[in-house]
Order: sequence, then C-alpha cells, then structure tokens
Amino acid sequence: MKLTLNVWRQKDARDPGRFVTYQAPDISPEMSFLEMLDVVNERLIAKGEEPIAFDHDCREGICGQCGVVINGSPHGPRRRTTSCQLHMRTFQDGDTLTLEPFRADAFPVVKDLIIDRSAFDRIIASGGFISATIGGAQDANSLPVPKENADLAMDAAACIGCGACVAACPNASAMLFTAAKVSQLGLLPQGQPERMDRVRKMVAQMDAEGFGSCTNHGECEAVCPKGIPLGNIARLNRDYLRATLSWGRRLPGAAGGGPG
Amino acid sequence: MPTATAMSKGRATGETESFLSATVGKKVVMAATGLILFGFVIGHMLGNLQLYMGAEALNAYALFLRTFLHGGGIWIARTVLLASVVLHIWAMTSLTLVNRRARAVGYRQWKPRESTYASRTMRWSGVFLLAFIIYHLLHFTTGDAHPDFIPGDVYHNVVSGFQVVPVSIVYILATLCLALHLFHGSWSMLQTLGLNHPRYNRLRNVICVGLAALVVVGNLSFPVAVLTGLVR
Amino acid sequence: MDLRSSIPDGPLEKKWDRHRFEMKLVNPANKRKFTVIVVGSGLAGAGAAASLGELGYNVKSFCYQDSPRRAHSIAAQGGINASKNYRNDGDSVYRLFYDTVKGGDFRSREGNVYRLAQVSGNIIDQCVALGVPFAREYGGLLDNRSFGGAQVSRTFYARGQTGQQLLLGAYQALERQVGAGKVEMFTRHEMQDLIVIDGHARGIVTRDLVTGEVRSHVADAVCLATGGYGNVFYLATYAKGCNATAIWRAYKKGAAFGNPCFTQIHPTCIPVTGDYQSKLTLMSESLRNDGRIWVPKKPADTRPPGDVPDAERDYYLERMYPSFGNLAPRDIASRAAKRVCDEGRGVGPGGKGVYLDFADAIQRLGRKSIEEKYGNLFEMYNRITDEDPYTVPMRIYPAMHYTMGGLWVDYNLMSTLPGLHVLGEANFSDHGANRLGASALMQGLADGYFIIPYTIGNYLASNKHGAVSADHPAVKDAEKAVAQRTQRLMDVRGTHSPTHFHRELGKVMWEHCGMARTEAGLKKALQRIPELRETFWNDVKVVGSGESLNQSLELAGRVADFLELGELMCLDALERRESCGGHFREEFQTPEGEALRDDEHFCHVAAWEYTGDGKKPTRNVEPLNFENVHLSVRSYK
Repeated sequence: MKLTLNVWRQKDARDPGRFVTYQAPDISPEMSFLEMLDVVNERLIAKGEEPIAFDHDCREGICGQCGVVINGSPHGPRRRTTSCQLHMRTFQDGDTLTLEPFRADAFPVVKDLIIDRSAFDRIIASGGFISATIGGAQDANSLPVPKENADLAMDAAACIGCGACVAACPNASAMLFTAAKVSQLGLLPQGQPERMDRVRKMVAQMDAEGFGSCTNHGECEAVCPKGIPLGNIARLNRDYLRATLSWGRRLPGAAGGGPG
Repeated sequence: MPTATAMSKGRATGETESFLSATVGKKVVMAATGLILFGFVIGHMLGNLQLYMGAEALNAYALFLRTFLHGGGIWIARTVLLASVVLHIWAMTSLTLVNRRARAVGYRQWKPRESTYASRTMRWSGVFLLAFIIYHLLHFTTGDAHPDFIPGDVYHNVVSGFQVVPVSIVYILATLCLALHLFHGSWSMLQTLGLNHPRYNRLRNVICVGLAALVVVGNLSFPVAVLTGLVR
Repeated sequence: MDLRSSIPDGPLEKKWDRHRFEMKLVNPANKRKFTVIVVGSGLAGAGAAASLGELGYNVKSFCYQDSPRRAHSIAAQGGINASKNYRNDGDSVYRLFYDTVKGGDFRSREGNVYRLAQVSGNIIDQCVALGVPFAREYGGLLDNRSFGGAQVSRTFYARGQTGQQLLLGAYQALERQVGAGKVEMFTRHEMQDLIVIDGHARGIVTRDLVTGEVRSHVADAVCLATGGYGNVFYLATYAKGCNATAIWRAYKKGAAFGNPCFTQIHPTCIPVTGDYQSKLTLMSESLRNDGRIWVPKKPADTRPPGDVPDAERDYYLERMYPSFGNLAPRDIASRAAKRVCDEGRGVGPGGKGVYLDFADAIQRLGRKSIEEKYGNLFEMYNRITDEDPYTVPMRIYPAMHYTMGGLWVDYNLMSTLPGLHVLGEANFSDHGANRLGASALMQGLADGYFIIPYTIGNYLASNKHGAVSADHPAVKDAEKAVAQRTQRLMDVRGTHSPTHFHRELGKVMWEHCGMARTEAGLKKALQRIPELRETFWNDVKVVGSGESLNQSLELAGRVADFLELGELMCLDALERRESCGGHFREEFQTPEGEALRDDEHFCHVAAWEYTGDGKKPTRNVEPLNFENVHLSVRSYK
C-alpha cells in the first residue's frame, strides 16, 4: 500500500517545529505501524536525511514507551491497542496519516514525536508506592485479599504509563494515570496505612506538573491501550474527599518518602 | 531539559496543597454546587407546574415562598443559590485557566472518541445559562424586563410574558441549553463526588439523565402551553 | 585469572546463612558516605537501587529508557517461581533447587542455585507487601499454576502480566527512594564505558541521549543490571533498545565473560512474516498447558489446518516425550520444532512454524474457560496476525529469548573486576545452560532485593579506598575514549544504516549459533563476523549529529558492540564440544537426537578474558562441583 504521512518534525525542545509531508510507497499491510516508520526512516537515511525520531522499546504493547497521535487519536484508531501493536492493515491504501506527538505542557516535546513523560515518574515518587521495607515482609498469605478487590486492583495496575490518557484528554489531565495507581494501592490491605496521605500527595504533584483537571469526558478510557476504567477516577475523588475530611487526624510528617 | 527525574517542575515532591487550590478540590466544589443547583432546577420546575392548576394556586404558591419563615426563607434560598452560582463560576474559571495552560500547543487533528457535544460545550452552555438567569430574574422576579409586570400576580406575569413570541423563543433556547448542560453535568457531578460503583453506574446515569430530561420537558412545556393557548 | 566462586564451605542449606554472618557490615552512619552506581532499572536494577537507597547508600541509577518503568522485565508474562508449597503438592526449597540445576543441564553452581531457591519465598512476601496484585483465589489467598515443565504448582502470577507487576512494584520502591532523595535517577542515559582505577571499578561514563553530553560518574562500587544480549540475533523477543554495551565495555576493561554461548530459544513465539520484521513477539508458555502442538505428518502439506484429519497430524511433543508432552522444557520443545520444520513439515509462510491448537481444550473446557485463562494472549495474537486462535490454530516458532551467559560473577555477584557487581540476566547466572520458565523474574529480584544489599556491604567494608576526583586521568581517558568512538561512528559516512548491519549479523548468528550449532557453521560465522565488522566500520552511515538526540547513532554504537560479542559467542560455542541445555552441537547428540553432555571435559564454566582488540581472548575455566546432585542424563521422556 501507499501512504502519505504528515509528520511533526521538531529538532529539539527549543525548535518551534512544523509538519513535513512524506510519501510512503510499498508498505505491507502486515507491518506494524512502527515497522512502517522504520521503513520510512531507512529510506530517509539512504537519502541522507535525519530519520523521524519516535519513542519505542518493547514493541509488544507493555512497556508504554511508544505513543503517537495518529489522525487525531493517541495510538491510532484501534481500541485497546498501543502504537507498536497497531498494524497497517487497519488503514487503507492511499490514506493520509497525520502523526503528532502527545501534546501537553507537562509532556514537553524532546524531538519530533518524542516527548518527556518524567512528570509521571514524579507523580509516583510523590506517593505512588507502599512503604514496605525491603526484606522485612511477612508471609504473603498472612494477608488475604478478597478476589474481587485483587481483580479490581489488577485492572488498575495494568496501566503502562504511556500517557495516551493525557494526550486524549481535552484538558490534558493526568487523572486516569494518577487514579489508576491510587486505586490499585487503595484497594489492597497493604495500601491502607498510607491511603489518605498518598492520594493528597499524588494529586498535589499532578497539579504541580501542570496537568489539567478532569471534566469527565471519558476520552482517556476510550484511548487507553489497557482499558483502565473511568471508575478509578471516581475512586480517587472519593479518597480525596475522605482524605480532606480526615485532615485533622493526619500526623505531621507521617508516611514520608522513606528514611529521609 | 530535565535529566534527573528527581527534579520537579513545580514544588518539591511530598508536599500537599490545600483542598481549594487542588484541581480535584475545585472539581468537588463544582460538583457540590452543581448538585445544589440541579436540586433547585428540579424544585423550581415542580413548583411551576402549578401553572396548570390556575392563577390562584400559582399565586398562592408564590406568596408562600415569599412569606415562608416570615420572609426569611426566600432570602436563605437566595443566599445559598447565589453562593453556589458564584462558587460554581469561580471553580469553572479557575479550572478553565489551568486546563488552557495544560495544553498550550494543540493538535492539528483531533478526533473525539467518547466525549459528547454536551461535555465539550459545558463552558459555553454555562455562560449562556448565566446570561439567561440574569434576564430571567429581571423578567419575572424584578419585572424590569417585563413590559406588563404586576407584582404579586405571577400567573399573569408568566402568561403575558410568554405570549411575546421572541421571549418564549429565548426561554425555549435556554431550556435546551440547560438540557445540554445537565446531560453531562448530572452524572458527571456524582462521578466527581466519587459516587460510582460498577454495578450501579448504568442505573445512576439513567436516573440522572432522566431527572434532567424531566426538568427540561417540564420547563419547555410552560412557554409552549402559553403559545399554543393551552394556558391563557 | 582468579575464578574463585567464594562459596562458603559447609552443608548446602547453611551456606548462605553462614556467609551472611561472615560478611562484613557497613555501619549505618557510614552508609551515606558510600556512593553506588546501578545501571539498568529492571527487576534486578530497580530492586537493587531501591534496596540500597533504603539502606542509606547514595545511589545513582541509570537507564536508557525515558523512565525506569520501561525496562524489559516488564514484558515477562507467565509468572515467578517460589518454593512456598502453598499447594501442598510436594514442593520444597530442595525441589526447586534440584529442578533448576537439572533444568540447567548441570552447568550451574549448586551453592548459587540453592540460595536462589531459599530466597524465592521471601520474594513473593516482599512483592505482596509492595502491593503487587498477584492472582488470588476466592478465599483471598494466593493462586498458583504449574508452568514451563515443572511438576508442581509453584508459579505465582498476575494475569499474563507478571513481569509488569513485579517491575512496577520495584519501580515504585525505587521512585520512593528518588522522592526521598536517596536515589538520583538518570533516565535517557546510556552507559558507554566503565572507569577502572587501581584495578577497581570506580565509575561509569554515560552519554545523555537527549543532549549527547558525555559525562562521568564516580562511585565506590558499580552494579550492572543491564539485561541480556539476545539482540545480537537482531530478531528476538527483547525490547528494541536492549543492548550489550554496558557488559561488553566491562568485559573489555577486564571482567570475564561467562558462557557466552548459552542462549535460550523460546518455543512459543509468533513466526516471522516478512523482511521488515523488527522484533518477535512471545506468546506465554502457559499456552502450552492447554494447547497441543502439531504439524502435518506429510512434508509440504499445504492444506488449511482444519482440513488435516487427526490421523494425519503429528503431535510430536506428545509422541517424543510422553510424560511431559507439550510441557517439555524450552530448549527441548524449540529443538523439536526446528527438527520438524527442517523435515519440511513446518506450516505457514516459509514453512517456519508449527501449530498450537486449542480445539481440544475448547471442546473439553468450553470457550469461556479458555477465554478467561488466555483471553489477553489470544487478543494479542489476533491483533498481530489477524487470525482468530479460537477457530484457527495459532502458528508458533522458536525465537531468541534469553541469555544464560553473561559476565562471570562469584557468590557475591562480583565480577573478576573488584567492585563491579553484575545482577540479573546480565550475569552468567544461576540457570546453567538452560533456564526454566518463571525463573528469570525470580533471579532478577533475588539478586536485587536479597543478595546485593548484603554482598555490597561486604565489599565496601573490606575495601576502603579514598574518593576519586572527576579529574583523575583514568576518568578523563575514559571520557575521551567515549567521545572519540562516537566521533568515529559519525565520521564513517558510509552507505548502509546501522540496522542493515544488525540484520546481517542476526542472520549469521541465527543460522550458525542458533538452535543447533556445528563446527563447520561456527567456523564460517567466525570468518563472516569479522568481515562484517570491518565493513561496518568502513560503510556505516549515521546521519544527524552527536550533540543531540540521535537514535541512529545510539543504534550504531550498540551494533558495533554486538559485532564483537557475536564473535565471542561463536568462539565459545565452538570450544564447548558437547551439547547441553540451550547449546546444541549437532556433533554431540544421542541416537534419539537429544543433547549429549560431556561431563568429563566440560563440567565447567568457560570464563573468557579479553586480551586486546584483534587478539584471541583467553578461555579460563571454573570447574563445577556437584556434591549434592547426581549428574544424570536429563530426560523428559
């Protein structure tokens, strides 16, 4: 098949960037979307032009490093599919594809389609963990977890941190990402001691990173390659309210980030 | 270019912010005030249904509202409503500014997948509703915008007001706008307040949208009834 | 070369306890005076960085990805072994130890493997405490399944995403230390060289992949947890970025490379579809619990699978290994697939595939039950191949998956270069010549959470050396060498992209150093690889600049190292004149075509020592002593 690509090219963080159009003939429908970009890049290199920079690593839909907005949809049109698992048979011969980086002020563009998602790491570092000293855990079965809760926690834990939720949200909100972690840990008995503190810290960090707010559009859930349910956001809201109401009971400096 | 992830864009990690400065807190304000206003529009519509019971009933109801608690009731209600509206608008403005900043550079192409026309136009439907509320107060409460206003005769004011076709059209448009606003707002506020359970979500949304529809149908019926001569 | 394993004497069960007592400790107040570098953020690396940070050391952690959470441990699907015996089905530390030694075809150290089995239970406890949502039963207790050729149910799992959940647990523990200021995290940084001062590893040189800045970091000890080198085959189940640069530079600075030829081919991957293919995708081995593997009995049978009657199908694993059947260990299942395809009975494009059929299981258990167990895997298969595995059998073919070889380490996980510790898949590990399913996650976390925190203290307490300034000549030399090498790659300005050379190397490796190896083939490869390397350095084309993000430059650097490492792998495979585990030399097989070990001459670890560019490396030997396990022929019949 033959495609036309409108690709966002941006040399570095300071470059204003622009769209460049490329022709991509002889594309096999069996290729993955990233393999198609590989082929385009090999041709660019042969011509002595700089290849299109795009993030990717595992190419099996789990590491979360890839992510391109394809024709207005993060990770492309297929539901529950990352960019690397999208195959060219999804498109028609002669299609024009517009490729843009995930856009959010909290995700500055590094180069071309590559963005900086370290804001997510900082949200986790602010409280997305359980402070369990390594080496001091009790027997794993001493803490039974109702299967329903374990399953719900797993649904939330499936998040791959790709940032498509932010990219799709009209407000560039990171609520689904943050809520998934708050939910996962809040649903497990191990996560209870830090539950209230965790949600307040993570929300504060999320805001500090410059993400927008949730207005319940549901775009995030629709593009999430792992189908993380919107219900997690309600769970975060609930916990946040509870945390606010239990404000007075909070110990000063409780549940910090380790032995600081 | 931040290389070490320990570098934070805003404050240092581990700190928290106050409820009202957090986006989630503002959303809760938005939702809680929204809930109050939603409750009000339901009550307002139900009370107004007395239009169909004739002038006496409606005027008596209006008198009751004005004299309830020796005339204090209405002022309590007005204060709560005004505070709700102000807080609702404050939270909206503040969040809108955050959201605008959150994506300064937009997409060349963006394809909505799940959001609705209603959800995407909340701000505009809200602004239109605000303008309408001001007009509505001037029209039926103070009478400043009513050429044939008789204080105390609510029935007369309504019927003569709606007999002016352009006025009825404004009311109909406003009601449709309210429909749009409530279609998204009604279940959304419960979601924001954390009222969510996979087993009841469908029911929750049906009830919310159903209530909103009821309000809309009820409100639409008033100008229509007057224009068609059903109520005169 | 000193290849003492440092395994303490005494009974097997007491070795680790005794060693833990005998090791020196670093006073809690002194820990903050030591800096430890950890390269790589997978299970071993993130586990180590989090543990060391928590203990109070200053840790600098590096990864080439944009976040430590991307490390390829995340892709492990099946599960993690632990000898908890929660199922009361006869499991024990000793059984896990025995299975692992036997599964590794008796080419691993008893002491190491026993320790691994001992700490396996603690790993599960730790992961649960960190919030890993393992699968549960209705009673709320942990669920287990049998996996990868084990006869007991000792595998813990979190849907088909066990690696992801374990890694995220470790990543969160790591980020907690980042938040607390105990770990400084460097993302999008690639280690380019090791700094060695007075014979001790004292730091690394990195390239900032965003700005191109070359910078050195000095420390009191260095831990490499950079994973395996399977991408030398180009097509592999590894992430695209996985590379051998860190361990290869360490090797060239004096760390011995153990058993480089021990590689594992995974039997259940999705077959190659075309030349553009960039990687191979693994389908979890758990599929073999219910799927039946077959090929047509007749060669070149092109009928659709549904049209081949049962009588004309060859369920070859069930036929050849009646007691293990479709669950035969990975090396055995892979080789059997290759054999039937070589006989011309392979299916799919190019005849490089065998069927993995769920028709019987669907009939027996119902579609719903299969969907519950494997739904996400079936979905993934469908997404990639556009075929529906509920109605058409899957096509699978073996692919390069894991490297048991790696930098040689002693019982303390320290390489032959003092101060350089190597963790996880990057070390020549506890898996001998073949790794059992669900054991890689176990080893990575064991090294990171439970071994290095003890042994690094011992090293630091016994080696008191002063601080190193960033202006030390050795530091400056290493920095200069890195910058020069980058410049050299940029300056070639040839005609072919780095990928071109990578692909060529992969073809040579897969053909001659893959599932079956011969003396003639290996000799051919040993001739071909240096030629290819020569061409590479004269003809590679890297566009863009060295002072900015340049993925083609990154790749060129990695391929340059693969071109050297590939040669060492072939050399090791040639010298090991026996077949064992994943290393199958066609000359050495039983009449039934099984691996024929030569315990008299090769019951040892081959530790290769670098002697200079263009010179043949020295093959040193660490003999393996089996005091508890009887060396037997590994049979799964």
